[in-house]
Amino acid sequence: MQTHDLLALVIVLLAVIPVLYLVWRAAGGGERTLATLLHPRTGQLLLRSVGLAAAVAGTSAVVALPLACLTERVAVPGRRWIGVLVALPLAVPSYLTAYAVVAAFGPRGALASLLDRSVGSFRLPEVYGFFGAWLTLTLVTYPYSYLAVRAALRGFDPAFEEVARTLGTGRWMRFWRVTVPLLGPAVLSGMLLAALYTLSDFGAIAILRYSTLTYSVYNQYRLSFDRSAAAGLALLLVSLAVMLVLAAREWQRRVAFYRTVGVRRPQAALRLRWWGWLLVLASSVFPALALGLPVGMALYWFARARAIGEVLPSVGEPLVNTLWVSLLAGAVTVAAAFPVSRSVVRGRRRLATVLDVPLWIAYGLPGIVLALALVSISVRFAPWLYQTIPLLIFGYTLRFLSEAVGTLRGTLVQQNPRLEEAARTLGMRPWQVWVKVQLPLTLPGLVNAYAAVFLTTVKELPVTLLLSPIDFRTLSTTVWNATADAFWSHAALPALLLVCVGVAPMGLLGWWQERAEGRRGIQ
Amino acid sequence: MRRRDLIRLGGIGLVSGTSLLIGCSNASVAPTPTFSVTETTTANASPPTSAQTPVPQTSAAPSTAVLTIYSGRSRSLIGPLLDRVGQEVGLDVRVRYGDTAELATAILEEGDRSPADLSFGQDAGALGALAKEGRLIPLPVELLERVPAAFRSRQGLWIGISGRVRTVVYNTDRVRAEEIPASIVDFAGNGRWRGRLGWAPTNGSFQAFVTALRRLRGEDVARSWLESLKALETRVFPNNATIVQATINGEVEAGFVNHYYLMRERAQAGRPLPAENFFYTNGDPGGLVNVAGVGILVTSRAQDAALRFLDYLLTTAAQRYFAEQTFEYPLVKGVSAHPDLPPLETLNPPALDLSDLDDLRGTLSLLQEVGLL
Repeated sequence: MQTHDLLALVIVLLAVIPVLYLVWRAAGGGERTLATLLHPRTGQLLLRSVGLAAAVAGTSAVVALPLACLTERVAVPGRRWIGVLVALPLAVPSYLTAYAVVAAFGPRGALASLLDRSVGSFRLPEVYGFFGAWLTLTLVTYPYSYLAVRAALRGFDPAFEEVARTLGTGRWMRFWRVTVPLLGPAVLSGMLLAALYTLSDFGAIAILRYSTLTYSVYNQYRLSFDRSAAAGLALLLVSLAVMLVLAAREWQRRVAFYRTVGVRRPQAALRLRWWGWLLVLASSVFPALALGLPVGMALYWFARARAIGEVLPSVGEPLVNTLWVSLLAGAVTVAAAFPVSRSVVRGRRRLATVLDVPLWIAYGLPGIVLALALVSISVRFAPWLYQTIPLLIFGYTLRFLSEAVGTLRGTLVQQNPRLEEAARTLGMRPWQVWVKVQLPLTLPGLVNAYAAVFLTTVKELPVTLLLSPIDFRTLSTTVWNATADAFWSHAALPALLLVCVGVAPMGLLGWWQERAEGRRGIQ
Repeated sequence: MRRRDLIRLGGIGLVSGTSLLIGCSNASVAPTPTFSVTETTTANASPPTSAQTPVPQTSAAPSTAVLTIYSGRSRSLIGPLLDRVGQEVGLDVRVRYGDTAELATAILEEGDRSPADLSFGQDAGALGALAKEGRLIPLPVELLERVPAAFRSRQGLWIGISGRVRTVVYNTDRVRAEEIPASIVDFAGNGRWRGRLGWAPTNGSFQAFVTALRRLRGEDVARSWLESLKALETRVFPNNATIVQATINGEVEAGFVNHYYLMRERAQAGRPLPAENFFYTNGDPGGLVNVAGVGILVTSRAQDAALRFLDYLLTTAAQRYFAEQTFEYPLVKGVSAHPDLPPLETLNPPALDLSDLDDLRGTLSLLQEVGLL
């Protein structure tokens, strides 16, 4: 085994330490853990979590499809800009959206008072509970589905449908036998991301008071003298997520099909009929709300604070902290992900399988569980790491490693290993091959992975909340703490900055990619 | 720059280069206050206190001592005070904010390696729990005696800093004061309140109230009270502040809170609000008078600094902060409460020694069994 393979192995082993620790801790609880797991309430929480995840994943796919078709296949003016805009809510943290949803649709929210003035007393559906949680999480997760479907549409080969047509199949048949299998994997991966996000979210869930398994794990871990039972619940959550990941992977492997010879032709522009436009219009409500609500609310808080002349606390320190921690987390994560993805793609098959399993587990590990496990581990075994920046960065790295590996893998797979071999035969040293051949080829993947980790770190909450050193404030913890104490005006500025810091690289990256893709265009 | 940090950083071999980067940025961000000890005595508003404090001055440069506080009280409420005290006493104060019970369990989990020097709890129960587990040092008698015996630990292991009263906050447009049951226990099973009440099971003050209920009326009454209110679809809030806001908004009609949140809302609103506090002055468990208080950890390596800090919290100046800024009851003699509040002597709280609220463990398990946590 080569050294970089060994390095990859060490990195993925580090990634599963939290899970191993949980197993050990839960086992230590023995009967108490078992009693908690078998408690009827646990089943109820599990059902709620699964139900919510399924609902959110389903809606996010339904919303994403028409939007992706619009920006990818329909010749509307400015569609590239629409494309960037539709993906932007990815930069908005879920708890901010949750507050905005309450502010807009809550019992005394903007909509209620508007209706009060115009229609008279009118009872809105209860925002707290399932409805609010579903709406909020759909607003923050549909971009995952959207990006996945859009990418698939971009690579869509019209030949398949045409062939099916020449074989005399009907429209529905073609849809089910050709389009669905072609787009299916992308839709599924988007849905998987949405479901995993929902399973691991705790900020929005807490605000909308819909207790799920995740929230219960959080509270039990925080507020019990005996944490082994909480560790058992956390493991339940992890297994749920991992099962989901594995099931999705299995299905994706079965349905994949692609062109074996020849070159893909550009696609023809799609003409939408009236119902198509209706569908697009209905779906656009989601991006509009997902961006408009949180930004609007933060602006409102800000304006109100200015109006009454309130002195707002400085946000310089949280901003600086957020920036450098996220930049660093991106660098460390990508640096760790590179050897892993290289070994997965280029290493022996058996090695790839060995590396794969921990990666999938780490992928399903909710942030809150990861953070809680790291707190306990460091307190017990590495007190010199407890409440330090390196532990925080380590937490981010474990949290986002799988995603970064996924992105890099996609890039590495497309590289022909012959190129490197050729460079070696031409007398280049390994490091020269890396600098002159591999790096330039891998750069787009590295940039993408880096931007994604940066973006998610900026808005990340549970890991930041639990692993930050004492007195270390970031934008997301500032917003969270201010809103938890109902100091809305104090949350305004950091919330706006948070969205800006996240949106900037998203917009830039989106624009960059759109420009590259735009040269191809649709006909 | 703190030496402890550097040592910690130095020990990390996770990622090469990381430590260096962090070392630099920390150094540039963290200004170290350099107040000398002599400032303390002059800055103190109440003359007799600091002179009497039995604070042994150690050789370990006290002016830059780092004091780590675990605060169950929120930053928005006491952040300014803690910052000021740190400066006045000449300490580099660092605060970890969280829920009271969360921080108490954290201290227990951290054990001998806890970085905390001082625990500033939102209620006597969590402090009692820490005392019970042997995590707190006995405090000097001189400090203890500045506060009435009812508001400190029997064994002298923690001391109350400010008083807070459990009340029922209610919306005056929807609820008449007469409608509020004469005992908090009678909210149970009362259909009038279905879906109209708010509570915060994760909140330390609420948990202390549950402990009080268990003590005063027994385990069964407490359990059935919780179950009954849960069955009445009482809405769960993250904390007192949000309950009070929801009551003002009319989202709920009444809620179980501490008295001062409404006062703060009033001060911020600048207009009359449709909400009032209902004080139980008939010795009912609902009128529990609790304290926010301080205990110093046995594991602390800055116990002298912690004592100086505590000493300052018991000065007239600090006590006035609680009266005027947080609308709590000052506990040191000679400082009066906010004029809008009923005087402390008239409250007639239930007969309960706050030291007996130390079974936080039992309360948390009860809340979990009932399915509220």
